[in-house]
Amino acid sequence: MSLLQVTGLTRRFGGLVAVNRLDFAVESAEIVGLIGPNGAGKTTVFSLLTGFLRPDSGHILFDGRPLAGLSPHKICARGLVRTFQSLKPFPRLTIGENVAVGALARTADPRLSARHAAEALEWMGLADLAGRMPNELPIGHLKMLEMAKALATQPRLLLLDEPYAGLTPSEGAHFSDVLQQIRKRGVTICLIEHAMRFVMALCDRIVVLHHGEKIAEGQAAAVAGDPTVIKAYLGKAYARS
Amino acid sequence: MRRLLWALLALVILVAYPLAVRNHFFLHLSIMVLLYALLGTAWNLLGGYTGQISFGHAAFFGTGAYTSTILLLRYGISPWLGMWAGALLALLLSLPLGWLTFRLRGPYFALSTLAFAEIIRVVVYNWDSLTGGGDGLNILTDLGGVVRFYYIILALAVAGFLVIGACVRSHWGYFLNAIREDEDAAEALGVPVTRMKVIALAVSAFFVALGGGFFASYQLYINPDLVYESQISIQMIVVTIVGGVGKLEGPAVGALIIVPLSEYFRGISPVANPLIYGAFIVLFMLFLPEGVVGPARQLFARLAAKAGDEHKHISASAGASS
Repeated sequence: MSLLQVTGLTRRFGGLVAVNRLDFAVESAEIVGLIGPNGAGKTTVFSLLTGFLRPDSGHILFDGRPLAGLSPHKICARGLVRTFQSLKPFPRLTIGENVAVGALARTADPRLSARHAAEALEWMGLADLAGRMPNELPIGHLKMLEMAKALATQPRLLLLDEPYAGLTPSEGAHFSDVLQQIRKRGVTICLIEHAMRFVMALCDRIVVLHHGEKIAEGQAAAVAGDPTVIKAYLGKAYARS
Repeated sequence: MRRLLWALLALVILVAYPLAVRNHFFLHLSIMVLLYALLGTAWNLLGGYTGQISFGHAAFFGTGAYTSTILLLRYGISPWLGMWAGALLALLLSLPLGWLTFRLRGPYFALSTLAFAEIIRVVVYNWDSLTGGGDGLNILTDLGGVVRFYYIILALAVAGFLVIGACVRSHWGYFLNAIREDEDAAEALGVPVTRMKVIALAVSAFFVALGGGFFASYQLYINPDLVYESQISIQMIVVTIVGGVGKLEGPAVGALIIVPLSEYFRGISPVANPLIYGAFIVLFMLFLPEGVVGPARQLFARLAAKAGDEHKHISASAGASS
């Protein structure tokens, strides 16, 4: 049984079909990349999966149980957590407090939640900065904070929305290592990303979206060579027929 | 530990106050200060901590006032019991209010709460068979002297302070702050946002209504304009802003500053009062938008550090010269 099973997912905004009968699955302990040109509907998919938007039709099964109509905080309690493309730290809370929120939402037990928060901070290399405020951090650290907040909720599946945006190549490489370690700990990852170099190196499987539809799916090399994918990203001229 | 000592000291002073101060006006003033400390602290739970700025809390104040008074006048129930019924009623009233208004954000939420309070006021005004309409209600029973009322409001204010303090020090405090900072991020991390807002509103409404019930018994006369006027809602907000939004002792400090000032300027001239009051608020918004408590704490910390340095200096030079 797949960890996440999406069938026929559809969402319209007025006349625009943002997501059109999408089927895909994510297996446990996978790292899946969700790619596609801008406007393909990727972030909409994440919002639909996590309850921020209601689907017009389709089914979402997480761990075999339907997520229909659940609010985001209940979906998080089931183990499905997202991060946001525009980073959303809590501006007037310290780094430590930022991470504690998610930990406390998972469990009210003070010692257990403190441990989860501390682990998340440690993992993301933020332990020394726990007393600082978000506006003191550079973007690389803010990305780590966004991850730490999500990790503190003890997720089973992490949905990361463009986590590599704004990172230098070395920061990106470090981030990929962190994701690999997280996967080893049993957390499944699905990420939206444009930085192909990292996606190709990191992801076990890639799903390609275009105009709200899945146009390709498979291993990195296969997808990169797929003419439909190349046409979508770069235009007809570049696709070898 | 040090916090606890300061709190105990404050409590001792507050309890001993009427024994030292016999002047009726000053006792009245301190009752109003404590009342607004209670109201502000309750408002702060929803406004300062959760970030939901309500302009309609007078609705709960008035509900507490009328419930307690009507129960006394019609059924002979003591207002010291009746005001708890009023608080409970206000809590129940807050539930549909929350259900309606929490789907709105920011200024829309604020306006809808203002409208809600107005609607309640008009209903109370028109339902004159129950509420006496515009004529209001008079309490003719002797409910005690100023000193008794002082101790009652002191007890209520301390109770409110402790309960709301417990709320914000628990994991709820983290949730409420997170909701204020970023609702969507909080929801995504598992915080039950709507449920927390409802709880904050309910607790807030409860204590504001207690204040209303107290006020009715103290003033011995209420009418819709007196207990439902928007000025009450605004005063709650002002004492919190002046003292420190999102800090537990903020409203109490703010009440200590604003209430005597307000009384003083009202005495000078009815025209000067709103002008000076307004100017005061503007100055605070410009120079101390986070309220008095934050900068005051930093100042104390700096003075304490300096005193500590001087102490070291003196003992060092004393040691060197010996």
